[in-house]
Amino acid sequence: MPSENQEFKREMLAALPSLRAFAMSLIGRHDRADDLVQDTIMKAWAKQDHFEIGTNMKAWLFTILRNELYSQMRKRGREVQDSDGHLTETLAHHPEQYGSLDLQDFRRALDQLPPDQREAIILVGASGFSYEEAATICGCALGTIKSRVNRARQRLQEILQVHGENDYGPDETSAPITSRAFVS
Amino acid sequence: MRYTSGGGRPIGTSPKSDDPNGQIAVKLKALYQSVQEEAVPARFVELLERLESAERRSVLQGKE
Repeated sequence: MPSENQEFKREMLAALPSLRAFAMSLIGRHDRADDLVQDTIMKAWAKQDHFEIGTNMKAWLFTILRNELYSQMRKRGREVQDSDGHLTETLAHHPEQYGSLDLQDFRRALDQLPPDQREAIILVGASGFSYEEAATICGCALGTIKSRVNRARQRLQEILQVHGENDYGPDETSAPITSRAFVS
Repeated sequence: MRYTSGGGRPIGTSPKSDDPNGQIAVKLKALYQSVQEEAVPARFVELLERLESAERRSVLQGKE
């Protein structure tokens, strides 16, 4: 009996660095992210009978964390909806958390995404989950995750104004005109 | 990255600096890894210890 408990604890400890990274990527503030991780640990511990040792602990914890986050967001409502205010606060008080200026810009861009798109691109692009696993974690269809990731990437490109090969194409003024010309 | 849409870059090749999705992927991973590489705060290790010892106590009491 105690060995099963210890194994559960050990697996949970091993998953904590990535769980914190997920929380921090979603929320953008260390204090709130760590509070959410703490809530997740408590929830997971209480539900450990539902977890089968040997299955994916990381995916299980991520699912609990994001469900907890959204239930807290629903409770807080307006506070979390105020993403601009949250953003200003985040960057004003914790600029040192994001290393280079480059990453601060990226953090700012990530915070501007709708939560469902942010979550999708983090799970697939940083946490190392497949689209299928991300869909399971988010409780939605595979196609939904794919389109969220695509929209997140497009939006991030717009915000960060990275154009890659398009830098050699039409400039910002003429691009809308040319693309319109192709459409009509 | 797993996606193949957009530039049509084959799976498994490293993102080029002129690939906007590659740049985004690199920055997203850098941001994520900066947190992932931090040491787990002591409060979490202690919390798990407390949860475990509380459970051990309740199991022992159940046997009495």
